[in-house]
Amino acid sequence: MCATCGCSEGAAGVRVIDPARRQDHGHEHGPGHAHDHPHPHDHQHGPDHQHEPAPAAAPDPDRGHTIALEQRVLARNDELAERNRRWLTERGILAVNLMSSPGAGKTTLLERTIVDLAGELGVSVVEGDQETLLDADRITATGCRVVQINTGSGCHLDAEMVDRGLRTLAPPERSVVFIENVGNLVCPALFDLGEAAKIVITSTTEGEDKPLKYPQMFAAADLVLLNKVDLLPYLDFDVAKCLAAIRRVNPRAAVLRVSATRGEGLPAWYDWLRDRVGR
Amino acid sequence: MHELAITESIVAAVKEKLGGAPVRRVCVEVGRLSGVVPDALRFCFEVATAGTSLDGAELDIVGQPGRGRCRDCAAEFDTDNFLTLCDCGSADVEVLGGRELRIREVEVV
Repeated sequence: MCATCGCSEGAAGVRVIDPARRQDHGHEHGPGHAHDHPHPHDHQHGPDHQHEPAPAAAPDPDRGHTIALEQRVLARNDELAERNRRWLTERGILAVNLMSSPGAGKTTLLERTIVDLAGELGVSVVEGDQETLLDADRITATGCRVVQINTGSGCHLDAEMVDRGLRTLAPPERSVVFIENVGNLVCPALFDLGEAAKIVITSTTEGEDKPLKYPQMFAAADLVLLNKVDLLPYLDFDVAKCLAAIRRVNPRAAVLRVSATRGEGLPAWYDWLRDRVGR
Repeated sequence: MHELAITESIVAAVKEKLGGAPVRRVCVEVGRLSGVVPDALRFCFEVATAGTSLDGAELDIVGQPGRGRCRDCAAEFDTDNFLTLCDCGSADVEVLGGRELRIREVEVV
């Protein structure tokens, strides 16, 4: 990690930024720029870490030599996610992955949750956006510890980004870490981050057909929060139809109706969290 | 577009296994419920392999049908989408297959 600003660079274009250590400085990080950081996991990869190459192919210039791999494409991500999960579980930390389309109210829900649970639950946040520290600044304004991940061109968080985010965040034991994914109802569904639960937020301003249009995302949810219910009197939104659509895609997901701005339904959301912390 | 990240994972995994040996063909199994679009994968493969040991390699995609089991009546059936209904009318369908995303084999020069 950079000693000046706390940022770190790994995968192309991805930046992990600790707003608490942000300074105005003009230094550039080249692609070969090395950062030292403590590693919270119990194994070490040296810079010269090598993997055994597969047995050499028979030297026949005319015919290729086929090697069976039978390996999951996301094996690396899933291994890192499992490592994150173990690390979090050992410390009694509840990590939840919040996913939604842009503008469904993820950050507003977090702001309200942090304020309402202050003094009861330790909370910190990993913010994911393509660019800017805007969401991290909103979370910081509540007094909560936050790390911003800017994915650059990336459309989702992955387990490696969250690993780096957690290292920088250093959340206390028996606390809650909210991972606010990049606003996107498609890509984040595919990537395990090591979270204990996936929460999908949908809102009354988006239309009740979203679960049917983005079934992969809703099928992955442990909990669906239907947000902005305070706006229902002004909208042509059919709650029963939305609930039926969620059930159609994912009959097992719990569903809570909330208003992050007005507070309606939030006690049930807080109970859902309390019930899972330190499990 | 998550297919780029998926393709980069394929390239990284193949390079790791083969230690940089030039690759002629990669065979990948993509389930119909995996959330990955084969055409997008092909497009990204060309971009992600440029300048690597997989440069110019052929991408062979093998589709896998989706398979579901009704949690209410235990019937099993093929399906190609998440919004499938069992013949008994239940929407409570467990996905048994079709989410595969595996590198089956590679052909080296």
